[in-house]
Amino acid sequence: MDPLVSAASVIAAALAIGLAAIGPGIGQGNAAGQAVEGIARQPEAEGKIRGTLLLTLAFMESLTIYGLVIALVLLFANPFA
Amino acid sequence: MLSVLNGLNSLTLASLEVGHHFYWQLGNLKVHGQVFLTSWFVIGLLVVASLLATRNIQRIPSGIQNFMEYALEFIRDLAKNQLGEKDYRPWVPFIGTLFLFIFVSNWSGALIPWKLLRLPEGELAAPTNDINTTVALALLTSLAYFYAGFSKRGLGYFKKYIEPTPILLPIAILEDFTKPLSLSFRLFGNILADELVVAVLVLLVPLFVPLPVMALGLFTSAIQALVFATLAAAYIHEAMEGHGGEEHEDHSH
Repeated sequence: MDPLVSAASVIAAALAIGLAAIGPGIGQGNAAGQAVEGIARQPEAEGKIRGTLLLTLAFMESLTIYGLVIALVLLFANPFA
Repeated sequence: MLSVLNGLNSLTLASLEVGHHFYWQLGNLKVHGQVFLTSWFVIGLLVVASLLATRNIQRIPSGIQNFMEYALEFIRDLAKNQLGEKDYRPWVPFIGTLFLFIFVSNWSGALIPWKLLRLPEGELAAPTNDINTTVALALLTSLAYFYAGFSKRGLGYFKKYIEPTPILLPIAILEDFTKPLSLSFRLFGNILADELVVAVLVLLVPLFVPLPVMALGLFTSAIQALVFATLAAAYIHEAMEGHGGEEHEDHSH
């Protein structure tokens, strides 16, 4: 592989996963905070809130996972190599 | 890059190979043999469990029958929550199959020591860490929700593309492509990421330290199976009901 392409791919992979982690991080923090607030207000709804929270966290996490997929493609199945 | 990673791994128990496959030639098709082997294993496991549970049905369930009834009730509740009391029943088998296959696949990748079996090329792992498996599952979901929409609403199904306003037509069409794309990438990425993280930790510290991460992997793979099944059910419901949300309130609990 051309060293320039490998270097660019590694940097791009790092950026893909790093940048993709920002938004979901903020979102998951918000969601978890709101859920904790909800549980504090209404402890009897804890089970339901926890279920919904886990599901939504998985959705937000999938955004980072898309970045990860791009990073993995760049590292292991590079189309420009 | 790849060769460095693999070279390091040849010393340890858990090797890590992304993009290396154990190819089988079937006619003109080149298939990934390791995915077939593990998928068949998972399917066999599910079939044997179902047969064992239904072989000798008791009025008061115990043992494996009890467990499988619990699983069935879980799946039925999942479908009922998404699709509503009225028309969830015909979709329970489809959603249940998706959930059970993905769940058992994900856990088999983490719990069964596949690495003890050596293949000439590639390695055995969860079938869902191959993008082909997840794309197939996602496309099945697409077919299912098209079928659900057509059978429920006939050609009126196409009204949903121009429902609020025709300006959104391109986005509505794009949605049909992004749904399977996001479903498949989510599952594939999560499972592959789990296995990669565990493999990298095993590479660094082979004993005990990867255990919490493996437990986290079990948890996320269970959640991913749940998410896939829930989303499939939600898409089917959306195709049957259109975007109108007034009925959604009734069966959200």
